[in-house]
Amino acid sequence: MMQTVSFTLNGKPTRVTVNGERKLLWVLRSDLGLTGTKFGCGASLCGACTVLVGREAVRSCQTAIKDVAGKQVTTIEGLARSGKLHPLQEAFVSHNAAQCGFCTSGMILSAHALLAKNPSPTEKQILEHMEENLCRCGSHMRIVAAIQGAARQMKGGRS
Amino acid sequence: MIADDNGRADLRTPDLPTSEGLTGVTRRDFLKVFGAGITVFFTIDGLLAFQEPGRLPQGRGGYPTDFNAYLHVGVDGRVQCFTGKVELGQGAMTALPQLIAEELDVALDKVDITLGDTDVCPTDMGTFGSLTIRMFGPPFRAAAADARLVLLQLAAERLKVPIDRLKTENGAVIDTAQPKVRVSYGELTQGKTIERHLDKRAEVKRPSDFKVIGTSPKRRDIQDKVTGRATYAGDIIVPGMLHAKIVRPPAHGAKLKSIDTTGAEKIAGAQVVRDGDLIAVVHAHPDEAEQARDAIKADWEMPPATPDDETIFEHLVKNAPRGQAVGPQAGDLAEGARISTSAFDSTFLNAYVAHSPIETHSATAKIENDRVTVWASTQSPFGVRNEVSRALGLKAEQVHVMMPPYVGGGFGGKTGGRQAVEAARLARLTGKPVQVVWSRAEEFFYDTFRPAAVVKIKSGIDGAGKLTLWDFTVYAGGDRNAETFYDVPHVRTMAHGGWSGQQPAGYHPFGVGPWRAPSVNTNTFARESQMDIMAAKAGLDPVEFRRKNLSDKRMLRVLDAAAERFKWSPGKAPSGRGVGVALAIYSGSYVATMAEVAVDRKTGRVTVKRIVCAEEIGLVVNPEGTRQQIEGSLTMGMGYALTEEVHFKGSQVLETGFETYEVPHFSWLPKIETIIIDAKELPASGGGEPPIVGMGAVLANAIFDATGARLYRLPMTPARVLAGMKKTT
Repeated sequence: MMQTVSFTLNGKPTRVTVNGERKLLWVLRSDLGLTGTKFGCGASLCGACTVLVGREAVRSCQTAIKDVAGKQVTTIEGLARSGKLHPLQEAFVSHNAAQCGFCTSGMILSAHALLAKNPSPTEKQILEHMEENLCRCGSHMRIVAAIQGAARQMKGGRS
Repeated sequence: MIADDNGRADLRTPDLPTSEGLTGVTRRDFLKVFGAGITVFFTIDGLLAFQEPGRLPQGRGGYPTDFNAYLHVGVDGRVQCFTGKVELGQGAMTALPQLIAEELDVALDKVDITLGDTDVCPTDMGTFGSLTIRMFGPPFRAAAADARLVLLQLAAERLKVPIDRLKTENGAVIDTAQPKVRVSYGELTQGKTIERHLDKRAEVKRPSDFKVIGTSPKRRDIQDKVTGRATYAGDIIVPGMLHAKIVRPPAHGAKLKSIDTTGAEKIAGAQVVRDGDLIAVVHAHPDEAEQARDAIKADWEMPPATPDDETIFEHLVKNAPRGQAVGPQAGDLAEGARISTSAFDSTFLNAYVAHSPIETHSATAKIENDRVTVWASTQSPFGVRNEVSRALGLKAEQVHVMMPPYVGGGFGGKTGGRQAVEAARLARLTGKPVQVVWSRAEEFFYDTFRPAAVVKIKSGIDGAGKLTLWDFTVYAGGDRNAETFYDVPHVRTMAHGGWSGQQPAGYHPFGVGPWRAPSVNTNTFARESQMDIMAAKAGLDPVEFRRKNLSDKRMLRVLDAAAERFKWSPGKAPSGRGVGVALAIYSGSYVATMAEVAVDRKTGRVTVKRIVCAEEIGLVVNPEGTRQQIEGSLTMGMGYALTEEVHFKGSQVLETGFETYEVPHFSWLPKIETIIIDAKELPASGGGEPPIVGMGAVLANAIFDATGARLYRLPMTPARVLAGMKKTT
């Protein structure tokens, strides 16, 4: 069923007219040209397609576009503000928390949702929260360190 | 490409010669394309010996043929280097420029690197085998050193001073007698076209003079990767492009009996296209193409379903190709058996393992004026070029393979070009640019798995705990590092069949190929498990037993380093502590790994608590990058050791997603400590893979130490651990 869906994408009002059942992932990538959100499995098992809807991390491969009507959607492209990286992005850079980089967008946005709820997560809480985000290169320990570093940075009043 | 250019400062796009300019050029034309400056052509020797025959270059399509790498110092003072290697996340685009910057005395940000573009890079077989730094390092350094020598000569002529009075610093030649006299490389190359052929190794810097090698500059790819600007093959957007979803068989070798495409044709915008065996739906959006493809009804004739994941091992031994001797064969096995006071006979098994990169195989192809441009997720752009040109009946130079530039992980699994051939065939069929991105199920189905394998070892020790006999036979795993590095007087090592795709028909039910450190995961698991089995029988501490049988000083050095950091305290296994050790040599590097595990006695689930890994890889170009590779190897290696296994019935692959194929998750994460042994005096060896090879054995040995259960089969799933524990009680 074609329908017009209005939502806020990376701070900008956005409107698409598409079949409302289509998944957010493909509308972002194919209709809107935002390719920073990745396809990894299409079954909500790898986390590469993670975006923020409001403050929550959601799997865009499982989210119908009609369900984001009226909501705030943030993708990796929308995280830096006026050219300045978000502390999580900065921390991923300083910890070299990526190798191939294909899981990185999803990792950063999942971590963003965690810190929004829990600004000082323990290592165990980080591991639990990130459990369903897969990284095949084995950057896990650096990703954890980057999230801890960003949490410290953000508590220090930045961002 | 949709991504804008903001923030791409680290990835300077060099002023490349156009593709038209390079098609079928002579060397003179080639130099003209580049303009003034110094070009050093060089060859990377030894590289061919490491390749499978199927990967050898198939002619170089008009390219000058007597070199396979080059660098250019331009009139702007910038240095461009070109290689067919690609960036898979292993850090090649960061580490290779370091070599150039070091030897040429230029700032690192003045060095541009172009990777894997088949129109402008010389032919290369691909990026695998931990070879990039190992094989490219010395000639890249030598070529840069040679260019530096030319610059010194030019400066000596220009300044009319003896060359030995001159030195290079930060992109300029300086007269040491009058330090204010400084000529930049750009000034020196102005108006000159100098062509050099490196035929002997130029003199490179001594390690004590290094300023750039041995440092860890920021990764060139990291800014793009944290902002979503990094583009991969599936992120390429070409105007008018269609997305294709292809009808797939349920098993390899299944034959299509009938097909009904009416369901697909009902979906608005979907078009069903067919070219022989290739049946696909194309649509402007990939999800709608998939929906339409799923509405196609196809009826298949299935091939016979033998063997399966349990009967495969017997099949592999029974149908094995003739064995080949590996490494030194010495002494007399019968004599070895006679002098042994304890004899051991073990059989080790490992499952087929998938690569499972998070990026599935992807390609975007467009055809204009009989010329195909392909962006592909590949470790082997030249291999893709050859496959696409063959499939389309074109000359190699009519196909231009470009890197997107990033590849979302390879691990050996992205060496074939099937998805690129599909995109190119469909682009020709539809007359539009076409993108193919495999689903996770397709990724499992067409993966070239690490082969399942069987290793049989007969060994013996004497009353003093010295090895007397070692008779090692590997079936289907491959011969790499099958030979032991322990001291043993009576030794034979045989390998039947290899790890590559080149196998007797029907030997494997589906494709197999290189998987991060091919052969060596299998061979190390068997050898290092057998060492612990013998140590336990002899009542010796596993580390002490290894030391007793080792004289290789490089190996002893990594073992000592790991033991010191791990605080290994000697004990006879099983000690209940859950600690293990494994040693390995691969790609010229030495690795000692120690681990501590906890085993849940009710569920059989293994938790890895701690891993210490000491690696000696000769000269380290980028220590931070090396550490990332070690950590990555250890983390990834837990998967094949504990859970990863491809289930199948004949040529029907039962794995379709991460639901059943369990790769390491965050909750698995142990405390990982890495030690890089400083060995500047030795040439750089391979760093990307060696630490993964010990993971099967180190965890098997730690599980034995924890529980007394010896596991002979990978992966060591909870069910197998429980079964092993049952046997011990």
